[in-house]
Amino acid sequence: MNILWLSVSDPEPGLGNYANLFESEALPRIIWTTVRICIITTLLSVSLGYCLAYAMVHAYRKEQNMMLTFLLVSFWISILVRTFSWLMLLGRKGLVNEWLDAIGIISEPIAFMRNELGVLIGMVHYMVPYAVLPLLVNMQTLDQRVMSASRNLGATGAQTFFRIYLPMTKPGIVASVLLVFILSLGFYVTPAVLGGGKVLMVAEYISVQLLITLKWGIAAMLAALMLFGVLVMLWVMNRFMKLSTVFGGATS
Amino acid sequence: MSETTQGALQIKNLRKMFGTFCAVDDISLDIQKGEFLTLLGPSGSGKTTLLMMIAGFLDISAGDIALDGTSISNTPPEKRNFGMVFQGYALFPHMSVRDNIGYALSVRKTPKADINKRVDEMLDLVQLQDFADRKPGQLSGGQQQRVALARALCFAPPVLLLDEPLGALDKKLRVEVQEQLKDIHKRVGTTFIYVTHDQEEALSMSDRVVIMRDGAVEQVGTPKELYERPQSEFAASFLGKSNFLRTSDGTHALRPEKIDLAPTGTGKTTPRMSGTIRSVTYFGSMQRIMVDTQAAGELEVDIDSWRNPEPFVEGQAVDLMWEDHAVVRLERTES
Ligand SMILES: Nc1ncnc2c1ncn2[C@@H]1O[C@H](COP(=O)(O)OP(=O)(O)OP(=O)(O)O)[C@@H](O)[C@H]1O
Ligand SMILES: [Mg+2]
Repeated sequence: MNILWLSVSDPEPGLGNYANLFESEALPRIIWTTVRICIITTLLSVSLGYCLAYAMVHAYRKEQNMMLTFLLVSFWISILVRTFSWLMLLGRKGLVNEWLDAIGIISEPIAFMRNELGVLIGMVHYMVPYAVLPLLVNMQTLDQRVMSASRNLGATGAQTFFRIYLPMTKPGIVASVLLVFILSLGFYVTPAVLGGGKVLMVAEYISVQLLITLKWGIAAMLAALMLFGVLVMLWVMNRFMKLSTVFGGATS
Repeated sequence: MSETTQGALQIKNLRKMFGTFCAVDDISLDIQKGEFLTLLGPSGSGKTTLLMMIAGFLDISAGDIALDGTSISNTPPEKRNFGMVFQGYALFPHMSVRDNIGYALSVRKTPKADINKRVDEMLDLVQLQDFADRKPGQLSGGQQQRVALARALCFAPPVLLLDEPLGALDKKLRVEVQEQLKDIHKRVGTTFIYVTHDQEEALSMSDRVVIMRDGAVEQVGTPKELYERPQSEFAASFLGKSNFLRTSDGTHALRPEKIDLAPTGTGKTTPRMSGTIRSVTYFGSMQRIMVDTQAAGELEVDIDSWRNPEPFVEGQAVDLMWEDHAVVRLERTES
């Protein structure tokens, strides 16, 4: 609530900070960049996560345990370590560019980093494990007999997937999308490092306003805006979860 | 009314190994078109495994399955066109009853109008006309069971496989649904292969019963044949109850209701044995009386209550009588 108060009182009382949203040129662009990157990150992470979760659920027990271990270990590796690893791998003088250069495929290093592509790579990599978890839980509770029933009724593998499996994992997808999207909104380290200061996102902008330019009012306004966005999405999630219990009742 | 011309199933020397464990051991069965065949056996005897092999969900380790003379051992499940009612029904939770039932036709790209017509027929058959737009989660267990049945029958399969379809229902509802199932079987003329471990269900519904034990067939026959002429102690005691009399020429089965009881010296026929009553349990229409005998140890006797207005009491001395044909000599003795 402090934030809300700050956003309408600093530097002077009124809605001046919010008016900034429409008047300034930079702010809408930053917000748009943030939303765009978050959406793409979410789509990529959840798609990748879906494939991973599917593979994990349907693997043999031994491989399943191994994959789960890998997944959990990846939560422990610090985000800084991961981000700088990408920099070493994909930077202008990174391993990949060196190799490609050595084999002679390229003459100029490819710019993987210090742009949106770099931010995306780093963020997707960080988010995939988060995307996997809700999907994994969802998929593990599915009754395999339902899929058998579909095939028994004459459906091909693809028909079974799109008409039965995918709709039954919808609650998991919704949870995964919202989790990843909300986490990406608050993302700060990776865009700063891999975007090289060129891809400005809201979370980073807030910290700049706070620590460097000391425009606390604007920072508070943006924070309030994000908070509001997250709340709206939680509300949506809540709706979906309730819906899912309506049609999930028969599987138990 | 028969909806298909196919439906005779030949199973030859079928075997299923899980590692070194043999879950189905050299089973051969000839199933007639339109027959109601029940697989009966204790838990773990391989009923579901056999059914899953017929449906195509489990590879067969050895042997062959043929439909009307054509081998289907290598046909994938979606090409076999067998209906199946799964243990636990396995309805599609996100689809309405109507879409569940029409699914088999809709994946075959049948025109919408034809699907609707057929689904209406099916809803009539299982009497669920008023529930067409509900989701499975909003139905009772018995209603879900009927949806599963209608879904499996909608594409007029030659063979319908049912894995303990009534397992989740309470006793009273079961009897009701049993009758509906029999009725539907008569009307559609589909071959039914029905798995249960409830002996009453097996006796009352089937044309033939296969008694299974440890993955092998113990005995096959009509319910009457199996009840009247069991070949082994296992068959005799799994289908109904039985006393066993061991004599020099082998083991004999004697059903409890085929023994008559009278206070010593008052019987109308020559007593076969005599003994004393150890306990009397009253079940309404009949009483179960345990009698200690010199000759054969403890015997169970079921007496219709109406025949003995004067009740038997514990410790009473009695004569036991039975007809010659009540005693069945078992062809196989337990090793
Ligand atoms: N996938 C499997 N791997 C190893 N063993 C299995 C597998 N499936 C079944 N079995 C074994 O095969 C035997 C037969 O199992 P099945 O499920 O056919 O029994 P059932 O007669 O259907 O029993 P129930 O009445 O409990 O359903 C059991 O001993 C079971 O443990
Ligand atoms: Mg079973």
